Amino acid sequence: MTRKRRRFYIVVAALLVFGSATALVLTALDDSLDLFQSPSQIMAAPPPPERGIRLGGLVEEGTVLRSSDGLSVTFRVTDGAQSVPVRYQGILPDLFREGQGVITVGSMGQGGTFLAREVLAKHDENYLPREVVDALKESGQWREGEGEGVR
Amino acid sequence: MIIELGHFALILALVAALLQGSLPMIGAARGDAAWMALARPAAFAQLFLVVFAFCTLTYAYVTSDFTVANVVANSHSAKPLLYKVTGVWGNHEGSMLLWIFILAAFGSAVAAFGGNLPPTLQARVLGVQAWIGIGFLAFTLFTSNPFLRIFPAPFDGEDLNPLLQDPGLAFHPPLLYAGYVGFSMAFSFAIAALIEGKVDAAWARWVRPWTLLAWAFLTGGIALGSWWAYYELGWGGWWFWDPVENASFMPWLLGTALLHSAIVVEKRNALKTWTILLAILTFSLSLIGTFIVRSGVLTSVHAFATDPERGFFILILLAVAIGGSLTLFAVRAPALKAGGLFAPISREGAMVINNLFLTAACAAVFLGTLYPLFLEALDGSKVSVGPPFFNATFAPLMVPLVFLAAIGPMLPWKRGDLAGALARLKLAALGAVAIGLIAWYLKSGGPVLAVAAMGLAAWLFVGALVEWTDRVKLFRVTPGESWRRAKALPRSAHGMTLAHAGLAIVMAGMIGSSVWKAEVVANLRPGETVEIAGYSLLFEGVGKLDGPNYQAERARFSVTRDGEELAVMFPEKRVYQVRAMPTTEAAIRTTLFSDLYAVIGDADGQGGWTVRIYHEPLVPWIWLGCFVMVAGGLTSLSDRRLRIGAPHRQDAESSARRATA
Repeated sequence: MTRKRRRFYIVVAALLVFGSATALVLTALDDSLDLFQSPSQIMAAPPPPERGIRLGGLVEEGTVLRSSDGLSVTFRVTDGAQSVPVRYQGILPDLFREGQGVITVGSMGQGGTFLAREVLAKHDENYLPREVVDALKESGQWREGEGEGVR
Repeated sequence: MIIELGHFALILALVAALLQGSLPMIGAARGDAAWMALARPAAFAQLFLVVFAFCTLTYAYVTSDFTVANVVANSHSAKPLLYKVTGVWGNHEGSMLLWIFILAAFGSAVAAFGGNLPPTLQARVLGVQAWIGIGFLAFTLFTSNPFLRIFPAPFDGEDLNPLLQDPGLAFHPPLLYAGYVGFSMAFSFAIAALIEGKVDAAWARWVRPWTLLAWAFLTGGIALGSWWAYYELGWGGWWFWDPVENASFMPWLLGTALLHSAIVVEKRNALKTWTILLAILTFSLSLIGTFIVRSGVLTSVHAFATDPERGFFILILLAVAIGGSLTLFAVRAPALKAGGLFAPISREGAMVINNLFLTAACAAVFLGTLYPLFLEALDGSKVSVGPPFFNATFAPLMVPLVFLAAIGPMLPWKRGDLAGALARLKLAALGAVAIGLIAWYLKSGGPVLAVAAMGLAAWLFVGALVEWTDRVKLFRVTPGESWRRAKALPRSAHGMTLAHAGLAIVMAGMIGSSVWKAEVVANLRPGETVEIAGYSLLFEGVGKLDGPNYQAERARFSVTRDGEELAVMFPEKRVYQVRAMPTTEAAIRTTLFSDLYAVIGDADGQGGWTVRIYHEPLVPWIWLGCFVMVAGGLTSLSDRRLRIGAPHRQDAESSARRATA
């Protein structure tokens, strides 16, 4: 076994491993990316139902309704300009409140309702997801200094 | 006053670090023993000053000194004492102080225990360590100063985020940081070796214990963090592929690779350049992890309130540290002499394959974590990469790694016999098939892949034990003789068996809890029952309860199985008064084989409550397995050969010969 032969084997092994890793990454990236959209973007061009979407904004005041069996809940997510109805089944996070920032993960369903499989509220009451801040800024609803971090 | 002393001590620590980072390095270059000797007292002084600063901040927290801005933002007079203390690092500024404290502690450890290092190497290691310290001390003093006063002082503080008011905060961040920062030792040794232009078996023997220690800490820290998330967040999940979790996981993956390649350097004097590169990359990932957590560039559950100035500062720090060390590597690495030869099928070959898979897995996680950043920089679109990506890339890369982890230890150094190794693994193959069939029978089918993966976990577990029993000749000689052989084995051999077996246990736990998890969401009135996985949970109602700084609604469930009463569970919903923030406290009934996990949601106003119950088979094994892995790491660390530390070059070679014999 010469030095050259050894190097050759190592290079072949490395190419094999990293090649398969690259193939895995490329195929997985194709179908597991969730695109962040604001309500305005969704209303302007509704995405196809197979597309994974993260819809972010504020929970519109007065729109949170629980079904009679208490298991599913509907609400609207707004960026101030537009709002999208959302349906979710399960227990909402503790910090889910009307008028607060939220990110819902899921896809568009029939009749323009967003079907969320996950609802993320912030972990800290002073923290607003960056995407939500940007979406609010774009729709002109953001006032500097409001909702910003603890000093 | 005390706070100002702490602030002043931190500034002095920066001065000490500047001294430690400059004079000994110059001394080492010129061969000036007196200048090199400055490194040790400077390291001790730095540690003392940082500890003093840390204590003053702790004092401000314990005495609820609301003239300090950091205490106001993160504490409250009614907070229990434990959380006043742990609250010191439950925020950005304080956690940076903890980072610096651990960094200085590692530096002092080299100063204290590295007496047998060659003086130039010790001076340079301490010098590099000081440079890392300078970066973080400057970062803390200029952008994240915990010692700032506030005027006028408020009557009371704003309290600590209730999610952090948990004993988990006492252990998770310190352990995790000890792991993160511990890899700075491998980094400093690598940079020092590049400057010296010499890497040999003795060098590897100094680096290995530090890497092992950091790895054990990081393993424990990640495991604790995952356990904490599991019981505190109320989702019944233990890993979310959140950017911050990935930030701690990437150094773990490369650190594990480093642990293995350092053995090759030590025993066979091969793979030297690669090991140096791994040491640099591992700590670079620790730094990138800090950047991800502290800058808030990625949306994460861990995001603290963020500040662009900080992100920028860390970015500069990253560029200097990573860019500088990689440049040094590019310039100096070709000068390192290549070491021993080996055949592809050999212990060394197995370690190379191990390193390839771990690095590839780390690269996949890295790409998935930072992809949103890249894409946003490229075309401004905002995406997020979810768990499906990581499951689809990470898991397939782990399968061959785990498969080979049973074979590698069976191969001798230099040239191995694959057929012979596989023949010794017959029992492991049998175990894999048996466990696969049992899983198939118990779960009446289930996904074929999951059954196969359980078999793979059994393969590794039995394989690790077979390797050990072969070495002590269990059942082939008298038990007394086996015992004597076991005692004669180096501790690192026991450590490896434990770590590999632990990994198999973790794997079984992960598969069991994600594939065969059952979940029921129901709206219950008192007196109603819900059934899950053979258990019946009778909802007896909800009562009120007052905690020290919160009020809770506590539900009562009695759990029966086949009519036999097993337990009573009390999930809670708490509202912390100061922040008016609700949290969920899950009730968990754990046995060795599964967890029953209950959470209550909101009342529907008509006497009903939303409840969510999970049944997670094997989930306790995840933490049990991590514990076994950490025990393996620590057992290995206690090996005499590592403890004695710095033998002369001659000794290293002769013991390497003994190990191969």
